[in-house]
Amino acid sequence: MSRRKLLGTAGLGALAAGVAGAGAGYAAADTSPPPVAADPHALPIPFEGVHQAGIVTPAQDRLYFVALDLTTEDRDSLIALLKQWTAAARQMTQGNDVGEMGAVSGSPYSPPEDTGEALGLPPSGLTITIGFGRGMFVDAKGRPRFGLDGKLPDLLADLPPFVGDRLDPALCGGDLAIQACANDPQIAVHAIRNLVRIAFGRATVRYSQMGFGRTSSTSSAQVTARNLFGFKDGTANIKVEQKKDVDDFVWVHEQDGPDWLVGGSYLVTRKIDMRIEIWDRESLEGQEASIGRAKGSGGPLSGGDEFAAIDLAAKGDDGEPAIAERSHVRLAHPDVNHGAKLLRRGYNFVDGSNGLGQLSAGLFFIAYQRDPVQQFVQIQRSLAGSTRDLLNEYIVHVGSGLFACPPGVGRDGYWGDKLFA
Amino acid sequence: MKLPLATVGVLTVAALGLTACGSESGSPSASGDLTVRATDSKCTVSATKLKAGPSTFKVTNEGSKVTEFYVYADGDRIMGEVENVGPGLTRNLVVDLPKGTYEGACKPGMVGDGIRQTLTVSGEAAKKLSDSEELTAAADGYARYVKSQSDTLIVKTTEFVDAVKAGKVDEAKKLYPVARTYWERIEPVAEKFGDLDPITDGREPDAKAEGVDFTGWHRIEKQLWVAGNTDGMDVYADQLLDNVKKIVALGQDAPLTALELAQGSKGLLDEVATGKITGEEDEFSHTDLWDFKANIEGSQAAIAALRPVLEKREPELVAQLDAQFAAVDKELNQHQDTSTGEWTSYDKLTKDQVKALSDAVAALGEPISKVAAVVASAA
Repeated sequence: MSRRKLLGTAGLGALAAGVAGAGAGYAAADTSPPPVAADPHALPIPFEGVHQAGIVTPAQDRLYFVALDLTTEDRDSLIALLKQWTAAARQMTQGNDVGEMGAVSGSPYSPPEDTGEALGLPPSGLTITIGFGRGMFVDAKGRPRFGLDGKLPDLLADLPPFVGDRLDPALCGGDLAIQACANDPQIAVHAIRNLVRIAFGRATVRYSQMGFGRTSSTSSAQVTARNLFGFKDGTANIKVEQKKDVDDFVWVHEQDGPDWLVGGSYLVTRKIDMRIEIWDRESLEGQEASIGRAKGSGGPLSGGDEFAAIDLAAKGDDGEPAIAERSHVRLAHPDVNHGAKLLRRGYNFVDGSNGLGQLSAGLFFIAYQRDPVQQFVQIQRSLAGSTRDLLNEYIVHVGSGLFACPPGVGRDGYWGDKLFA
Repeated sequence: MKLPLATVGVLTVAALGLTACGSESGSPSASGDLTVRATDSKCTVSATKLKAGPSTFKVTNEGSKVTEFYVYADGDRIMGEVENVGPGLTRNLVVDLPKGTYEGACKPGMVGDGIRQTLTVSGEAAKKLSDSEELTAAADGYARYVKSQSDTLIVKTTEFVDAVKAGKVDEAKKLYPVARTYWERIEPVAEKFGDLDPITDGREPDAKAEGVDFTGWHRIEKQLWVAGNTDGMDVYADQLLDNVKKIVALGQDAPLTALELAQGSKGLLDEVATGKITGEEDEFSHTDLWDFKANIEGSQAAIAALRPVLEKREPELVAQLDAQFAAVDKELNQHQDTSTGEWTSYDKLTKDQVKALSDAVAALGEPISKVAAVVASAA
């Protein structure tokens, strides 16, 4: 058994936080080196807190997401796994190696505890966020697993089918999910790879997804990134600075329950294939009408710059709504969805090509919310189907997941500790 | 929680209506000469209470299936074994047993955990071994295993080669996976002799890339399964047997050290994870599961030989290995027809079944990768 320390041994092949990304000073005998500003993209993000990091954390540039199925049925094994994962996540997010001996300090006859590809790299804003799927609580026949009888949140039910879904079961579900985000893809991969390795014999990878070029800004300090349709995506997203929205729409409250999930959030993932080659043959006007925004500025077609309020009532010169009835922004707007909002955190992907001369490209949609039924399901019902969102001609949902993300951990806790208390 | 593998075996045995019997002799057997009467459903040892020291087991197969007889210590550490005892034949096995509890096991049809019988040895206890003596004992124990496996490998390869040269396609097809079983169990030994392994067990794309003739097991496999005949195979068959004999001789001259043994146990699993899971080893015959099982058995034998070393230093690791070996066996054995010993053709497995095997092998691979360091720390 590995005896993982709860706190990484700083310095084991890791860059101490704070000097991350700093160039080497030119130290002369009696002059101190000039101060070097640390690269903000390289700095570590605190792992501990009331909420898990990686939800309202300003979205990093890269994603590596994995869904796993538990292969053990033993409660103690699962608890041990969550403890070991938490310990490893503490270490990696702070830029340290996994384990006691790390990547290069162990016995020459032992496989290194840490896989090593993050040696010498800064923490790069790594966050690791865990979610629990329905399958962790109940088996296919609805019988409780791991002694979690009565702990399954009502809202952790399978998402309903939506018109137009073409879900591949191999890309759906999972007993557990881990989202690793970082500003360096190597760091995100290293995190997931080491967690998967720790899990062998207890959990197995169901599917995984790499993503790049965050498609949502989750902070006012960030410019809005573009999705692979070439449009700014996430202009109207909930921002971390909007304290009230975050509180109302992201975190599970005490009155919502269950107790173990208070301060947590529900994560919805959707793998959305984009028919980009077809989209690219669409006129600029047609593209903009489908979305409801201008491609260049990101401003709504009702007028104004990117952050101008969307005026759903505005009419164009022809007397038709400026923002088309079937445009994406109208159908996703809180005003037509009983006020529902989401905190989106999606990423672009290109998984090679499909052998038909097309890129396998799309959006790995990620949204966090307080209530998946009143939020994601409500909005997706407005959008789904060939008679609804004009974008449906160019997109198809092929993967889907719903996970309950426990609250954050303190100095001594582990992911999900309240659930197993 | 140590898994009583023996119990698992006995349960299976009971389910199959097999029985192990020992004559209830009150006093320990004095002479150390015992008879073992093996049938298709029974394994009768003439005495179950023995004196410490060398014992000779005369194993007679009175059944209709080929059988094997093993003497196991704790954790299925092989103290001695005879393989390939045909119907009507008698083979002798001499085993030097210190005080302790052992199990004798007959394996009719060479399938499963066998019909087991507890053997109690009284008298002189095993002497305490120093670290280096322990490692030597482990290596010696494994060398015994390699010897019995490689003797049978030559026998079975000869039968296979004879069938090929006689143009008996069906018989050769039947013998191919059986002969390979003995090869795959001791593959780390073969791999030690780098130049002989590829010409014996190499695959077609690699031969093409090297610009050399495609030879060995898989060349003949291709002819048998793709062409359905043995045309032009004489030369490959002769060469195969020659090289197998060479490898066996070299292996016996240069037995593996305990550390090589530890690395070999991992190597066998790596073989499974990379070659067998993908179904690329026996791409023409799809007999991969025979090889798969043999690799696992070879790995298990290596770990069993090292068991005393591991028990002393990392008992938790041993418990983990036991549990994960049992899990792999459980997953794997459902694909064998226990009445015939035949394994399911690999191309008939569903994607989910292959993934379940892959998961079980990965789960075993992690603890196995930690064995070498434990052995090194004892050296």
